[in-house]
Amino acid sequence: MKILIIGLNHKTANVETRERLAFNGPKLEEGVFGLKKIPEIKEVAVLSTCNRVELYTCVSNTASAAENIKNFLSGFHNVARSDFEKSLYIHTDTDAVRHILRVGSSLDSMVVGEPQILGQLKNAFDFALSKKTTGVLLNKLMKKAISTAKRVRTETRIAENAVSISFAAVELAKKIFTDLSGKSFMLLGAGEMAELAARHLVNNGVTDVKVANRTYERGCELAKEFNGKAVKFEEFLNELIHTDIVICSTGASTYILLKDHMQKVMKERKHKPVFIIDISVPRNIDPEINKIDGVYLYDVDDLQGVVDTNMLERKKEAEKAEKIIDEEVEKFIRWMASLDSVPTIVALRQKADEIKNEELEKFKNKFGDIDDEAMRAVEYLAAAITNKLIHPPTVALKEDTEDRDELIAIIKRLYGINGEDNEE
Amino acid sequence: MGTVLFELALTFYFAATIISIVDIFKGGKESSKLMTFITGAGFAIHSISIIYRYAAAGHLPITSMHEASSFFAWCIVLIFFFLEYRYKIGIMGSFILPIVFIFMLSSSIFPREIRPLTPVLQSYWLPVHTFLAFLGNAAFAVACGIGTMYLLQEHYLKSKHLGNLFKRLPSLQVLDEINYRLITIGFPLLTLAIITGALWAESAWGSYWRWDPKEVWSLITWFIYALVLHVRLTAGWRGKRAAILSIIGFLAILFTFFGVNLLLKSLHAFK
Repeated sequence: MKILIIGLNHKTANVETRERLAFNGPKLEEGVFGLKKIPEIKEVAVLSTCNRVELYTCVSNTASAAENIKNFLSGFHNVARSDFEKSLYIHTDTDAVRHILRVGSSLDSMVVGEPQILGQLKNAFDFALSKKTTGVLLNKLMKKAISTAKRVRTETRIAENAVSISFAAVELAKKIFTDLSGKSFMLLGAGEMAELAARHLVNNGVTDVKVANRTYERGCELAKEFNGKAVKFEEFLNELIHTDIVICSTGASTYILLKDHMQKVMKERKHKPVFIIDISVPRNIDPEINKIDGVYLYDVDDLQGVVDTNMLERKKEAEKAEKIIDEEVEKFIRWMASLDSVPTIVALRQKADEIKNEELEKFKNKFGDIDDEAMRAVEYLAAAITNKLIHPPTVALKEDTEDRDELIAIIKRLYGINGEDNEE
Repeated sequence: MGTVLFELALTFYFAATIISIVDIFKGGKESSKLMTFITGAGFAIHSISIIYRYAAAGHLPITSMHEASSFFAWCIVLIFFFLEYRYKIGIMGSFILPIVFIFMLSSSIFPREIRPLTPVLQSYWLPVHTFLAFLGNAAFAVACGIGTMYLLQEHYLKSKHLGNLFKRLPSLQVLDEINYRLITIGFPLLTLAIITGALWAESAWGSYWRWDPKEVWSLITWFIYALVLHVRLTAGWRGKRAAILSIIGFLAILFTFFGVNLLLKSLHAFK
């Protein structure tokens, strides 16, 4: 049995191709069952996200299985093979193991270190498990992918720093205010990116939300979305006095907030710190106000700078993560090798002989004075019974049946044989 | 025995200080934990050495430069652990342990023999007055460390230079809150120390206030911290300004402690 992964992702295929091959909604169940019907496929699970479609399979023959899978994809999704074939990657054996561990640990993601992929992978396997299309090998592989992802997350700082502008804004706000709950927040203008950042802030506990927009109606709509209140745009200076965090993104072509405005505001608010994020281009807030005590002004380039440094950090951490992956791949490959039937047959034989010899020894001690001929007869009998008893499992192990992996696992458990399978 | 314990505590504090300084430049949670652990060991030994000396001298060991420096260092570590327990800021030690070490070092260079108390000092005011003064000043010493952290973090946020240390320093709000809390603890202690000192002076020397240099400098310190609290409550001088004032205040304390004792003639000087 061999592991075979066929898939495509954001690096190899454009959105259109990914969409056409996606297993959405009811298609997932149909797809999993359809794949399971391919004769070479013993186990299968399907992962389908907006950035990747991957088929995890255990097959008896990789080449013919790959052919059949491609044909299946073409027929199932109604896409010509030539349209997607060059976007596919095919991994087998060690490469396949490494691939799934890297995917689970988010090293293969568009934004390296983003944690969603692990949940998606888990869901994909849970689904396959509930449909009973996976077996010993894929289940074990999945467990490995999860434990490896956890190891990567605790031993490296890969997911520690914000790598999007809106998360960077939240991260900075927390370095000024600690806890965002109970902090008041004002959205000045209503750009799309500003909205996204606002949503992150609200999700992080900001409670008192105000929206000041040039068209008051649009402001009201937005305010409703955030459970806040709309204020007249002309009033925003007064509102600033009671605001801790500001996100500004108006279409204005000049500065709408100047240094001496802000100085007055700060005096009014008794110098309580205020965090201002200006993501409008051209900028709407005089950069000079960053010089005022207690005012922290970040524009879009500043935030991008934060994101870039964090990205660089992640790349460094990703190198550490690759080393962890190497270790875990090796462990898994060793486990797979132990699944092979020959070592199990040998171990079974040894175990049986051990028991036989032990019992013969006990027998001799109990009935000490037995002549050699009788002893030989007893030994003969013992050997005959032992051989008879282990004959059927040995034959079963030698047969190349579909469920041999499970059989090996069961026999190991029944006879208390430990392979390399003693982790986790 | 007392000397051995003192040297041992000094060594532990020295090790912790070295780690704490390395920790600023390249460190993580592990080195911070190690630093706190070593400081804890040093503190335990230091406490025993003070108790030992108390038993040997028969009074609170606080009447010579050696004793006073050591006791002041002990008070700072006490407050440090209180804060560490409450706020769990690993990197904090990096800004406080160097102060502790400097006082321990100064303690180690002064003569260590135990001398009998002069009649003036033989009073129940001795432990009360000095303990209040030392604990209050120790709170201000820690506030100075916290203020330094604040200025550093503030600098990082303003200059948008957001490196490793920025990530490990707590938020401005937390630092400002700790700073404020320390001053609100230190100020009443210092006030009580001055009052008990006046009462003691009256019973020992016959007058409440004699414009002795130490009294004057304590009063200056008191005014500085009174100002810190006053402008905070009225004009909202928080954050950066409060941090700067708490550093200035501690410089006044340093002068009261070292300058007055060593440079000026004072009734309070440890002879």
